[in-house]
Amino acid sequence: MNEIAKKKISELIEKNEVCLFMKGTPDVPQCGFSLAVSNVLKHLGVNFKGVNVLEDNDIREGIKTFSDWPTIPQLYIKKEFIGGCDIVKEMFEKKELQAKLSEKKIPYKN
Amino acid sequence: MSLKLEEIRNLIKESIPDAEITIQDLAGDENHYSATIKSKIFNGKSKIEQHKMVYKSLKGKMGNELHALSINTIEA
Repeated sequence: MNEIAKKKISELIEKNEVCLFMKGTPDVPQCGFSLAVSNVLKHLGVNFKGVNVLEDNDIREGIKTFSDWPTIPQLYIKKEFIGGCDIVKEMFEKKELQAKLSEKKIPYKN
Repeated sequence: MSLKLEEIRNLIKESIPDAEITIQDLAGDENHYSATIKSKIFNGKSKIEQHKMVYKSLKGKMGNELHALSINTIEA
């Protein structure tokens, strides 16, 4: 992974407590999996940053190495990699995502 | 770019021999699959680690030849 990508990604997850790397934007997602994770966060009223990887190829390719995870979307909470679509959905259904948000002191509504 | 259902099954089986695998071709286009995989190797591992094991078994095809694979891992 190139240094530029690494720096960009580090800065994004540093600056944004809840950071979702996705295809498209929270308002106009370009992929069903990105839509699903974005909707979970919206449903919980979580304030999050959606990073559109389609607009930046450094980030699009870099994030896969950065997280050692081959797919997008990818969710970070306070610099911790939480997972992709399947994991986030499952955690939400089991209320584990809500527990994680509480643990990390991120406000959300039930 | 696509990958046949049987190829996915074989790749997973190669890395995770005890896996019980159910795969569905969601859109009938050999590009959007959903797989449920049950194995002892997942026991005690985090979800992230479990999914990474499945991704590793696909040898870099995930995100390339294979566009979308929804994964559900179960401890045996």
